[in-house]
Parts: sequence; structure tokens; C-alpha cells
Amino acid sequence: MMADLFSNVDWLEIGWASWDTLVMVAVSLFFSILFGLPIGVLLFLTGKRQLLEQPVAYAALSFVVNVLRSVPFIILLIVMIPVTVMMIGTSLGVAGAIPPLVAGGAPFFARLVETSLREVDRGIIEATQAMGATVRQVIFGALLPEALPGLIAGITVTAITLVSYAAMSGVIGGGGLGDLAIRFGYQRFQTDVMVITVALLVIFVQLLQMAGDRLVLHFSRR
Amino acid sequence: MIELDQVHKAYEVEGRAIPALKSTNLAIQNGEIFGIVGHSGAGKSTLIRLINMLERPSGGRIVVDNEDVTGYASDSLRAFRRKVGMIFQHFNLLSSKTVADNIAFPMKLAGIYSREEIRARVAELVKRVGLEDHAKKYPSQLSGGQKQRVGIARALACRPTILLCDEATSALDPQTTQSVLRLLADINRELGLTIVLITHEMDVVRRICDRVAVMDAGEIVEMGTVADVFLHPEHPTTRDFVFESEHIDEREQQADFAHAEGRILHLTFRGESTYKPLLGSIARQTGVDFSILSGRIDRIKDMPYGQLTLSLVGGDLEAAVAALDAADVHVEVLR
Repeated sequence: MMADLFSNVDWLEIGWASWDTLVMVAVSLFFSILFGLPIGVLLFLTGKRQLLEQPVAYAALSFVVNVLRSVPFIILLIVMIPVTVMMIGTSLGVAGAIPPLVAGGAPFFARLVETSLREVDRGIIEATQAMGATVRQVIFGALLPEALPGLIAGITVTAITLVSYAAMSGVIGGGGLGDLAIRFGYQRFQTDVMVITVALLVIFVQLLQMAGDRLVLHFSRR
Repeated sequence: MIELDQVHKAYEVEGRAIPALKSTNLAIQNGEIFGIVGHSGAGKSTLIRLINMLERPSGGRIVVDNEDVTGYASDSLRAFRRKVGMIFQHFNLLSSKTVADNIAFPMKLAGIYSREEIRARVAELVKRVGLEDHAKKYPSQLSGGQKQRVGIARALACRPTILLCDEATSALDPQTTQSVLRLLADINRELGLTIVLITHEMDVVRRICDRVAVMDAGEIVEMGTVADVFLHPEHPTTRDFVFESEHIDEREQQADFAHAEGRILHLTFRGESTYKPLLGSIARQTGVDFSILSGRIDRIKDMPYGQLTLSLVGGDLEAAVAALDAADVHVEVLR
């Protein structure tokens, strides 16, 4: 019965593709946080009436983030091809998908960081300054710990966005579940493969959201 | 001593300078509790933030213990700020840290205390503010009064010599306000800490302050000992504050006086004379008849005082006033 219904499905292939998707999301999430967090902190600090108010720097940084955020991801994938080839030698497969994923994920996460830092009560920043804290101490001692639940929620949203971006990267030969869905499900009309890949993506996103929500709850002290 | 010398502050709003504090001179003595009272927008919040440089003055000098702190930057400013504790209307505790960690926070920031020193100091402070059983709780699990006690403990962690209170009791109910004020007064007495507090409640000033400055529209309009300012307010803003705190409506009072006969006197007793049976004996001696139109007996910090408004009929009025004067009662003839 199962075999009839999913006659085209090569389960081993599905297994590898799932693993590839997992790797693409994990690695690109790591780099998105690595680049996005400092950019987000800088966006916040240089913003209006903040600790390091710096209108020119803010405008410049904000512009770059906006440009990357406004390019549709499918276009970003294509635009990034030469850059990716220069960086890691190929634009194909799992490795080739990582740079465009980070280029899409980091600015996205940076904005989320900026927003969650703005949610931190200004009074707490003022109190920390009044205790004689340096800017670095304000950031690491007060701002980031206070914004932690918001930051975790931001990481969750970014991870989920990266799942869909990773699937999209199948269009340009990016590997993973998206690649299977396009090559077999779309180009060869194997609807069963399409159904399975989509189901796996849905499950993946659900798991991420649940894990994220739990962590947010765990770290919320308000 | 905290001295403000020609200090003023203006904010730049859309290219225009909006004055928040006009040129101000002020000297706050070591060990006193100095109150600054004013309506919101009067400039008191700016004034208190200038003392620890959360706001930079647009001009003038701020001198603390003979050191000009106006020029302080980075390291010297941070060292100075550790000597100036501050508590806030909305407590401003870190929600992600426990009570103990909140109190330890300024010590950790200072980077000059050992882990053992911090642990011991936190234990001592938690006990001092009466929160022994709550050290491991998070601020969201505490009541407003408890949160402010954590704020006070945190402000004291690095053994400051000055404590700034920014509307510290304005978000608390009357009972909690009283207990927090008592704690502040105790700390002031035990540690000899200078306390500067701003408030819009004259009652707070009356309970614990030694001296008070009244602010209106960016300047100090009246200043003196709390007893002088409270019992004999001169500036209209001060009168508003005092009457408001005593629930006196000036217009209603005038209407009441219209019904009274004879002369109307306003008497102010201070200290011991408050409890002496003066009125009866003076009435007998001078043959004056009196009726009480309004009055109250209360305390300013530790000093008892009484204020009575009387209407007097018949007898020797001059002699009565002279007798009151001789007994150190301040007499104001209203009619």
C-alpha cells in the first residue's frame, strides 16, 4: 500500500536531502547570528537618542541592510552566484547555498535584534550607566541579557525563514529537500516526492517553532 | 558637599534650544536630606541627573567634595558614579537577574571586588533592606515596595556617599511609601549618606527632608529649611504645594472666614510650644473669646508643629497677640 502510494520515493535520497537541508539551515543560521547580532547591536546603538548616537553611521548601515532585505531571495540567489564562486569555488550543492543564505539571513536577523533591543526599558540602560558602566558593560551586562527572550524569538523566526530560503536554493542547484522537490516533484511530475518533501519541511518548521517558543518561555522573567 | 555653580541646561529640539534648567546655584551639605519639589516639567529631573552627569550641563560647574566633576570623562566619570547611588521611580531593576544578582551588579561592573567580597556585601544588604527571604527571586515576583528596596540595596552596594532619589516613592501606595521613606531616613542617619530626592509630593519632603528647594519653570523659586518653607510658604508655587498636601482649598477657606466674626489670626506653633495649653490661659488673662476655624497638628520630620486659624472677639486683642508672641508662637493677622 505504502509502496504503491509512494512508488517514486527513494527514501535514502530523502534521508540525505533532509540531512543536507538541516546542515544548510544550521550553518547559515550560525553565520547569520554571527554577522547579524553585531550589526543589530550597532544599528541599535547608533540610532536616535541611543548610547552611541551616530546619524551618518546609522543611515549607512541601515541602507545596506535595507538593500539586502528588499531584494527578493530568489534574485539574491542568482546575484550572489559570482560572489559565491569566488568565496568557495562553487555555487552548487550545500556549500554553494550557504553564502546567499547568510546574505539573506544576517540582515533579516540584524533588524530583529535592533527591534528587540529597543524593547529594553530605557530606564535600565540609564540605571546601568548611573552605576558607572562602560558602553561594553551596558551591552553585555544589561542590554543583551534583558533582550534575551526577544533575541531567541528572533533566532527562531530567522531559522524558519532560512528553511524556506534553503528550499528555494534548490532552484539554482542548492541541494537538500528543495532540490528534490524541484527536480523530481516539479520537473518529473512525481507528486508523491513533492508531498513528502513539503511534509518534511512543515514538520521541520513546526519543531523549530516549538523549540524556540519553549526557550523564550524558559528565559522570560518579566 | 554638592555645589552647583551657574549650572544651566538646554535641550536642542528641532534646531531650537529649549531651556530645561535656568542658571542655578545650589549647595547641598554632606549628610543632609535635600528635597527638590516641583511639578512635572519644572526641571527637577534634569537637575538631579546633572549631579551624576547622566545629563551634561550646557554651562556652569558642578563641584562635589571640592572636585569639579563637570570635566570628568570615561574612567574618572565611572569612578565618580560609583560614589553616587541612584534609585528610580520605576525601580529599573534587571528583570533577567535575581534580587541578589541585581544588588551585586554594580560591584561586578566596578571590577575591583572579589567574589567573596561581593557575596558578603550582598548578604549584608539583603538583610539591611529586609529581603532575606527573597534573594533568589526575580523582580517580577516582588511587590513595588520590595522592588524599591532592591533598588536601594543596589544603590548602596559600592558604598556611595551620595544617594539620588528620582521620584522614588511616586509609584508606591501610601503605606509602602512610608516604609521606604523610613528606610531612607534610617540609612541617612546610620551611614551619614547625603540624600538628594526629587518628588512632586510635598508630603515626602515634610516627612524626611532637612531642606527643600521648590522648582518652577526651570528655576528654584524658594529654598530653605523644610519647617520655614512649609509653615511660611512665600512663592505661589510653594503655597500650591503646601495647601495641596494639607488638603486646603484657599477659596473655600475664604468663604468660611466670611461667616466668622471679629479678627482672624493664623497661629503657627513649633516644637514644644505645640503641646502647651497656651490658648486657654491667654483667653482667660485677656478676656478674649476665640473659636477655631481650622487647624492641624502634625510633624515635620521629627519636629511637632501646629497651625490654627482662630477668630477672636472682645477682650484685649493687643495683649493676646503680645502674649502669643512672647510664647514663641508665630502670629499672622488675616483680617
